[in-house]
Amino acid sequence: MREFLLMDGYWAYVWSAWGLTLAVFVGLVFSARRHHRQAFRQAVAEEQAPRPLRAAVKELS
Amino acid sequence: MWIWFHKLGSPPHFYRTAGRLVPWFGIPALLLLIAGAVGGLAIAPPDYQQGDGFRIIYVHVPSAYIAMFGYVAMAVAAAVGLIWRMKLAFAFAAACAPVGAAFTFLALATGSIWGKPMWGVWWDWDGRMTSVLVLFFLYVGVMALRSAFDDASKGDRAAALLAIVGVVNIPIIKFSVDWWNTLHQPATIAKFSTPSITMDMLVWLLAMVVGYTLFFAAVVTMRLRGEVLLRERGARWIRELAAHA
Amino acid sequence: MSSTAQAMLALARRDLKAALRRWGELGLPLMFFVIVVTLFPLGLAPERDLLGSIGPGVLWVAALLASLLALEGLFRSDMEDGSMEQLILSPQPLVLLALVKALTHWVLTGLPLVVLTPLVAQAFYLPANATWILMLALLLATPTLSLIGALAAALTASLRRGAGILGILVLPLALPLLVFGARATDLAVQGQSAAGPLYLLAALLALAMTLAPLAIAAALRISVD
Repeated sequence: MREFLLMDGYWAYVWSAWGLTLAVFVGLVFSARRHHRQAFRQAVAEEQAPRPLRAAVKELS
Repeated sequence: MWIWFHKLGSPPHFYRTAGRLVPWFGIPALLLLIAGAVGGLAIAPPDYQQGDGFRIIYVHVPSAYIAMFGYVAMAVAAAVGLIWRMKLAFAFAAACAPVGAAFTFLALATGSIWGKPMWGVWWDWDGRMTSVLVLFFLYVGVMALRSAFDDASKGDRAAALLAIVGVVNIPIIKFSVDWWNTLHQPATIAKFSTPSITMDMLVWLLAMVVGYTLFFAAVVTMRLRGEVLLRERGARWIRELAAHA
Repeated sequence: MSSTAQAMLALARRDLKAALRRWGELGLPLMFFVIVVTLFPLGLAPERDLLGSIGPGVLWVAALLASLLALEGLFRSDMEDGSMEQLILSPQPLVLLALVKALTHWVLTGLPLVVLTPLVAQAFYLPANATWILMLALLLATPTLSLIGALAAALTASLRRGAGILGILVLPLALPLLVFGARATDLAVQGQSAAGPLYLLAALLALAMTLAPLAIAAALRISVD
């Protein structure tokens, strides 16, 4: 186990490269989810805002 | 066939289908990446020159490949969008850019980390690394141009044109950088020659490459759904979707 | 003379006249070029060997940066006064008009830079034969740079704050010009034949002349509509 973690003395390089990769992968998943959530919120908000106005116009006419 | 195509082209249908596709990409990607990681880190034999230091290859090479693949995918989508005026293709190109840029960054960073023990420096003006750096700049340009426009459809088309110009230029840039590199022989001499890969090392690398590709597809599909929503703001089906949620 | 050629000439004449009326603006990129080049010896040391070895690279980077300065205004006034719409709607092929716009830009910014180079090259103790090669290389590279620049300017023509983004768009695409141009100059300084990189610069110019106008025309259509 110790030998595995030491990586022939290259442990700092091997683990930092793999660790960074893991971080970017996790980051990509989370940013994609956030992107979708924000887009959803924005797409819904844009629809709901003008509705009262449109309803008001309908009532007047 | 055509009915199917049209159905897929309709945003609500596409949005739903894409949502269902994500786990089909994501789960095999996860399995392959875990297999590749275990194989690459623990099972594959150490390189006879670099020892365990060569295990960075399993994260570096697939990143560099996705960096290129992502740009080409983006440029093809951009061309489709410009030629057939397809909103969906623009949405795909927009979804590709940040993911591809992230992998380009990763290729540079892991290459740099690998370079330190192998060449003795963090950065070497080596032809391949330099052209990946320029590829990163091209990604940044496409993303910056798209976000500079208030009008999303204009931004889409301008960024698409730039992506196509970039893809035409990549071979020229690559050639010039390689040419430049052969003239200025690097001062640092690599401590090791390029590792010759044996079969029991290659299997895990292939698993990683396929895993990366599927992961890329999964993340791009997730972002694509967001891009579709942004381009369909105010459509009735989104309101209905929100009402059901 | 065909009507297309007439239209191209008229467009070139109009742009040149308009630029000459504001000729103070025209000198700005040139002044910028001279100042940037002056900064290097001051930032380093006025040693002949050092300046001689970095000279070619510095001159090329400075030329690249200077060419960015004049880009922003390339299509701006046409966009604002509506003449760009006229150009697009005109029966003449927009591709050729785009080529004219880019080449006019070169005459106004690239060509003066080439003429100015022998003076500036003295700051880096460039030998006479290398100065000739440098001028020839710049003569081949600056039109390509104008074409790439015109494309970036066309893409950002409808943006209010387009200037910041221009550098990010132009510089990566201009990288081969820097590589070949600086190499040609370097070879000439060492007293070797610079034919190879000069041919490559000429090839890039031919490629840019054929492909860039198409892209510029497409970009203008996107910007206007």
